[in-house]
Amino acid sequence: MKNRIAKTTLTSLTILFLAFTFSCSDDITERNEDFTALNPTNPDELAGTWKPFLLTTPDEFTLDAPIATNTPAFTREINEIKSYQASLTDEQKSIIKYWSAGGVLRWNEIMRTLVARHNRPPYQNEDGTYPAPSGANPFANPQFPFSNPPYAARAYAYVSAAQYDALIAAWHYKKLYNRAAPFTVDADLQVLIPKSTLPSYPSEDGVLAGVTVELLKLLFPTEIAYINEKAEEEKLYRIISGANVRSDVEAGITLGRKIAAKFIARAAGDGAGAAIGTPEIWAQLEAQTIAKGETPWISLDSPKRPPMLPLFGKVKSFLMSPEMVVASRPVAPPSTNSPEFAKELAEIKAYSQNNSKKNMQIVTFWADGVGTYTPPGHWNAIAAEAFVAENYSEVRWARNMALLNITMMDAAISCWDAKYFYFNPRPSQMDASIKTTTGVPNFPAYVSGHSTFSGAAATVLSHILPSKAQSFDALAKEASDSRMFGAIHYRSDCEKGLELGQKVGAFAIARATTDGAE
Amino acid sequence: MKKIYLGFLLILPLFIQAQTDIDAIMMSKNNFCFGAVYQYSGWDEYWEGDFQRENLNLGTVTTKSIGIMGNYGISDKLNVLFSLPYVETNASAGTMKGQKGIQDLTLTLKYMPIEKTIGKSTYSVYALANVSAPLSNYPADYLPLSIGMQSKTASLRLMGDYQRGNFFTTLSGAYVKRANSTIDRNSYLTNDEVHYTNEVDMPDAISVNFRVGYRSNRLIAELVLDNWVTQSGGFDITKNNMPFPSNTMNALRYGVNSKYTFKKMPQLSLVGGFNYVAEGKNVGKSDTYYGGVFYVINFKKEVQDEK
Repeated sequence: MKNRIAKTTLTSLTILFLAFTFSCSDDITERNEDFTALNPTNPDELAGTWKPFLLTTPDEFTLDAPIATNTPAFTREINEIKSYQASLTDEQKSIIKYWSAGGVLRWNEIMRTLVARHNRPPYQNEDGTYPAPSGANPFANPQFPFSNPPYAARAYAYVSAAQYDALIAAWHYKKLYNRAAPFTVDADLQVLIPKSTLPSYPSEDGVLAGVTVELLKLLFPTEIAYINEKAEEEKLYRIISGANVRSDVEAGITLGRKIAAKFIARAAGDGAGAAIGTPEIWAQLEAQTIAKGETPWISLDSPKRPPMLPLFGKVKSFLMSPEMVVASRPVAPPSTNSPEFAKELAEIKAYSQNNSKKNMQIVTFWADGVGTYTPPGHWNAIAAEAFVAENYSEVRWARNMALLNITMMDAAISCWDAKYFYFNPRPSQMDASIKTTTGVPNFPAYVSGHSTFSGAAATVLSHILPSKAQSFDALAKEASDSRMFGAIHYRSDCEKGLELGQKVGAFAIARATTDGAE
Repeated sequence: MKKIYLGFLLILPLFIQAQTDIDAIMMSKNNFCFGAVYQYSGWDEYWEGDFQRENLNLGTVTTKSIGIMGNYGISDKLNVLFSLPYVETNASAGTMKGQKGIQDLTLTLKYMPIEKTIGKSTYSVYALANVSAPLSNYPADYLPLSIGMQSKTASLRLMGDYQRGNFFTTLSGAYVKRANSTIDRNSYLTNDEVHYTNEVDMPDAISVNFRVGYRSNRLIAELVLDNWVTQSGGFDITKNNMPFPSNTMNALRYGVNSKYTFKKMPQLSLVGGFNYVAEGKNVGKSDTYYGGVFYVINFKKEVQDEK
């Protein structure tokens, strides 16, 4: 009897534990795993005539004519595909599933990963100073880059713009050489992804791999091995899926690389390398603010950190001249001595003291701080998930991502221009009793970066997808408000930031209406 | 009376688990022991992976908690236990705001299938099944100042105890299964990859606890060694990065526990103790103090009195 009770109890304990263990499956499906294979509703056959950002003409860089499809050499290329397809491994099948969702989309995700990996402020030296990352010596401590929001905004913009220009060139040559796809030449060939109606030379994925790898080597030099591995997968995917023969892919890579060089040359001279400033410039920013009778910004980090990229406002934009940046600059914030300022400070103190659960969730959702893909990355994720539903061609994906990211780079430039022109302190600097529910960024308050990025992104995305305009605007407003709820920005930082973003977004819309794609 | 005493396992500032169950003591049938324990824990250094550092933007991170607990004897060999802490965190420097709230409810079934006395020695074996679940919607993704991990857990612990006279040793080991945690972001970076979901796969853990000391009806004094080791799936905090709920969090701690039962009022007892983290990974190097009071009611007796 006693024995039976013992047995029953032990059994129930075990069952309880096992039931819990199995009822709480750890399997998580991530949103980007469900993306289906790209099957464009409109192939955008005329995209070779769209307006590029840097290329003077779509054929500025030459591409050799392909071998004809009736040659033995071409047949051997088809045989290569068939030999792969005869015994596809599970890994190869998963590579096909992953990349078939779209090359622009997947490279955009990869870039978000690279940004998140490198978005970490340097750790201080023993003496309380901070080492700066160096592109010339990227593996030293701290590694290059520190992909903070302005760095990230610029990185996303260069890669997206270069992909767009490269695909315009690809579409031009597709039309020019008009080489049939392998599955059109050989009706027996299996194609494991939706068939494109376009000529297949050069391969759009080849072009994307070629152009993107070269730019990412520049932007994330410690990640070259990882980047190459992704590019090899993309190349393999096109061949084993039967979408392209090897010469389509390799021609694409060659073309992509040439176009990348033009963007790399621009990046070397756009002023971003000097954006960190010098100790003299940092001191001067403080002195000139005091001279105006205002309280200058002071780093709230301990030990005090130099301000983040004070000269980023001088970086060369793709769409705005330096005069346009100055002309778009928001009006001055309320003086730190004024009653208006005291009122705004009191509002933030109230948020700091009474943070509702809902507000706290909003703060966290939009925090996009250390170790994340930054606010521009967040908007890339929002855009990508909206674009997936639209079934764009690769070239339209690239065009829309380029408009989005170029406007966010302009948002970074314009916002940083305002931040360092006004050099305004954060709420916690003015009142140390203001505690925050997200980290205080290490740069001046006025205007809010989140608000500017979000205002610009929502403006451009609303132009691209007018039916979702309300939702994009609501997201932008929430992102902007989150900085007040978190007690790190005043109301005027957020409101004027959103306005600045909308102003900046208008430059991208002006371009969108004249680039030939609408 | 049978006793209950506890120490909190405090990982990073916040991982709290009642150790009530880990002692080799059972409540007698129909006895209910309940009480409250206050705990103070603080650290000013932590491990970022294996790198031990301070953080001037946090200063000293403290966690104060008050937990209510109870233990009811279903039979002399089967007890059911609960604990529920209220937790408050704070950082002495920087701008980050501390958090407070009700944390996780823990329920434990404790079963003693074997108790044998041979001469002066008593050997006993125990099995403990434990589940815990967050009782409030506190944010987990606010380390190191969140009050918990927002993850349901289940653990199975086996424990052996040897007592000779008033001296004893207890050794136990548990496997702790942790359910996914939900955070307020819809993407996050772990193990160098971005995950597009608000669910976080929490790594499981193994806990080993060893105690040795003096035990009588009036007084318990013991040394404790506790080792909490995160299993596969966790990852290190990278250089100067923020911590994350699914970090590998390991802690080897040493401590002392004590319990005193009043002679004139044997229903009432006091507990107190101290422990510190000696070695760790992605956790605070915390010092923890606690003290509490417990009271035992015998329901069976009251029923008899009424008759």
